[in-house]
Amino acid sequence: MKIEVTLNGRTCTDEIPDDLRLFDYLRQKGCASVKCGCETSNCGLCTVLLDGKPVLSCSVLAARASGHAVTTLEGVQERAAVFGAFLADQGAEQCGFCSPGLVMTVLAMEEELEHPTREEIQHYLAGNLCRCSGYQGQLRAIENYLNREVQA
Amino acid sequence: MFNAQRCLVAQSLEEAYAANQKRTAAVMGGMCWMKMGHRRLQTIIDLSALGLDQIEAAADEITIGAMVTLRQLETSPVLAAEFGSAFADAVRPIVGVQLRNCATVGGSVWGRFGFSDVLTLLLALDVEVELYPGGRVPLEKFVRMPPDDQILVSLRIRRTGRAVAIQSHRNSATDFPVLAAAASRTPAGAWTLTVGARPQRAMRVEIALPAHPTREQADAALAAALAEVPFGSNMRAGADYRRHLAGVLLRRAVLQIEGGEA
Repeated sequence: MKIEVTLNGRTCTDEIPDDLRLFDYLRQKGCASVKCGCETSNCGLCTVLLDGKPVLSCSVLAARASGHAVTTLEGVQERAAVFGAFLADQGAEQCGFCSPGLVMTVLAMEEELEHPTREEIQHYLAGNLCRCSGYQGQLRAIENYLNREVQA
Repeated sequence: MFNAQRCLVAQSLEEAYAANQKRTAAVMGGMCWMKMGHRRLQTIIDLSALGLDQIEAAADEITIGAMVTLRQLETSPVLAAEFGSAFADAVRPIVGVQLRNCATVGGSVWGRFGFSDVLTLLLALDVEVELYPGGRVPLEKFVRMPPDDQILVSLRIRRTGRAVAIQSHRNSATDFPVLAAAASRTPAGAWTLTVGARPQRAMRVEIALPAHPTREQADAALAAALAEVPFGSNMRAGADYRRHLAGVLLRRAVLQIEGGEA
């Protein structure tokens, strides 16, 4: 089937198998940041934004993205770099494998929640698993990132 | 992951229903559970172009379209105004925001999943399932019907002024529930109690409970009622533990509605 997706601001028209997952489509389009970590919809590593909302690209058909805007880490590099510096400050990036999904979820949360509490941050990020950091460094980095203008 | 030769983005309920008559076809909700299987399908039917992703309030009922996501249930001001935090409490422990932005209420209800928090809550309310072409069926009857080839269009919740609360317990955050339990009370004081993740599908509990029970009255009535409820064992918990947990969670839900200490 033919789909037309706005991928990171660029219109892409492609002929794809009907049952192709959005995850596989994005990898084929060169978005190497999008990784599949679990195959069970649990880890959050494959998170991308579909019309601005975080979704699991492993659990969405590419056909469903037709006519919609998809954003991956490659499309938000400047914002990601700013947040990444806060992660590095806390030593919270560790092996980095889960970072693309974490970054996409944090950027979505920044758009969706106004001045989230620590509890709200924890709830929002419950779907992003990290096996290195123990989460505390990530939480400090997120809070510092969200409060960066106050601190400056 | 399933295989499908064709993805049909249905333009009408008639088209979706016609395509769903073949055994090699299946309707796709949020796809989160379906992708865990390995079915080989001819046609996967997508309802996302039918405008079934809205939550709408009328004078006598609230309509939840089949393609409404669990995240919409969680954040809906309509549902929050009518039922307080119950819908948010029901779905917030389900994995993460990303999954809840994908998973649909239609998929959750159609699947009649034994682990469903959503079904546990909905059964405590006055809900009808709108099917195409069969029309409306009470949810309590629907959960006992074998899956057929109809299309789940929406859920209709009658606005009867019920107060409702849901409790669940998980061995670890974001896991399937060990048990889910919900309670609701009409303005006249009639209670409806449900248990889900028994680990079988959710069911109502027949119970004689005063309109405003004390903790002791609730415990006594629950002990008698839960003795008749079938519970099962699996890797998450044993049947006896689930029965005990059901008493605790239902009492908490009842007292949460009463506004007392749980």
